[in-house]
Amino acid sequence: MDDVFKALADASRRDLLDRLHARNGQSLSELCDGLAMTRQAVTKHLSILEAANLVATVKHGREKLHYLNPVPIHQIGERWIKKFERGRMAALSELKRKLEERDD
Amino acid sequence: MTKPEFVYVTYIRTTPEKLWQALTDAEFTRQYWMNCTLRSDWKVGSKMTMERDGKVMNECTVTQSEPPYRLAFDWLSVFDDEMRKEKPSRVSYLIEPHGDIVKLTVTHQNFAEGSATLPSISFGWPMVLASLKSYLETGQALPPDLSARTSCEAA
Repeated sequence: MDDVFKALADASRRDLLDRLHARNGQSLSELCDGLAMTRQAVTKHLSILEAANLVATVKHGREKLHYLNPVPIHQIGERWIKKFERGRMAALSELKRKLEERDD
Repeated sequence: MTKPEFVYVTYIRTTPEKLWQALTDAEFTRQYWMNCTLRSDWKVGSKMTMERDGKVMNECTVTQSEPPYRLAFDWLSVFDDEMRKEKPSRVSYLIEPHGDIVKLTVTHQNFAEGSATLPSISFGWPMVLASLKSYLETGQALPPDLSARTSCEAA
């Protein structure tokens, strides 16, 4: 579990997870696209995320594709969130989201 | 085969044989799969049903069976009229020993265009896999998420 927290304690790595959350199954080149990071830096961040099991990879043809793997995050939630708290927490998250929504 | 829509990985302190049993034994599956029971003889071409409270939620067909390492089936959700009309999607399990732990990779792919089944899948699998890991390592499954009505339907 230490690996998961260490991996998440970095804004660039969270950014990579956000990109996979928006679109799952991307190659290294796709993930690098539009990022202000070198390919080497992205590769390094991805290997840390993969070691923490937050990113899963599969070979698809000649490409290696990266997927957001939420299983460890689910395990963290299960450790501290009680079954009956989940509904209230979801309601609070939704309330926060609504209140903080910008008027576009 | 299109690129997979979902890939999930979990590492479990167990053996490939025990994991295979947990994935395929009806009584085992009911323990951790949010009250869902999976029934099949797990031979290629055989039917596999996923039922809860005696009602079949998903009808599957086994497409690959190489115990204790590879298992795949075509998945059709039948509890919803829209989903029932879709072409089946494909679930694959890959079991790889890594020293004294086992890596389980679950791939779910080949969803129909605009699939109604797909959105419900994304939170079901992490829940089931976290529960499976807990069950094999501690003997305790995670409690079924009562707020997640679709936990069985989804995955």
